[in-house]
Amino acid sequence: MTEILYVAIGGFFGAILRYAISNLLRRKNGFPLGTLVVNLLGAFLLGLLAGLGIHGSQYTLLGVGFMGAFTTFSTFMLESEQLKKTGKNKFFYVYMACSLLLGIGLLSFGLFIGSIM
Amino acid sequence: MMVYLFIGIGGMIGSILRYLLSHIIPQIWGGDFPWGTLIINLSGSFFLGWITNKLVVLKKLPPQLLTALTTGVVGSYTTFSTFCLETVQLMEAGKYYLSLLYIVLSLMGGLLFVRIGLEIAENN
Repeated sequence: MTEILYVAIGGFFGAILRYAISNLLRRKNGFPLGTLVVNLLGAFLLGLLAGLGIHGSQYTLLGVGFMGAFTTFSTFMLESEQLKKTGKNKFFYVYMACSLLLGIGLLSFGLFIGSIM
Repeated sequence: MMVYLFIGIGGMIGSILRYLLSHIIPQIWGGDFPWGTLIINLSGSFFLGWITNKLVVLKKLPPQLLTALTTGVVGSYTTFSTFCLETVQLMEAGKYYLSLLYIVLSLMGGLLFVRIGLEIAENN
């Protein structure tokens, strides 16, 4: 039961911070820079947590709750679909490729940094 | 300022749902493949597509409540960081085909499900 409380507290702050950063990075050209930055930052930090060997309740709070809610997959998909629908194909491919490749790369980098710290 | 509180509460609900499902799903489909996050991310994509086109109908609701539902609940229910972590963990375990399958199912499936959601809401 306490685990659920940790998830909820992490989720509360993760969602608010994602919203704040997304608004801050809103671009006029329609490129979803906010979600991209949030997802990449979250991937790096989750890698760092895992690399540091954070586990148990601390991981539930920071990893599952905070990073889980801070990053988002559904908005990434919706924005990608909207870029494709409005004919912004270049943005669509850049967004997909950057999210996937940099996400996996930064997570691995976080794991590495965490493991040598 | 109230919108932040609403989004935070939405984030709590979405995160708890994700936490519960990520424990229940592996008990049904075990093994190495991260079915839990995949099903969460695909169902969330579908719902976000659906609710986005339903917003036109739901305009009577206060906009803060809608943002709490989309950005808060659905945004926090799905997750990108865990998707990346599980992909890297599959790679590190030498399960390259499974990691590739996970990426393809997540991205292609996510785009497909968001479109299905958008279209179902548009046609009803």
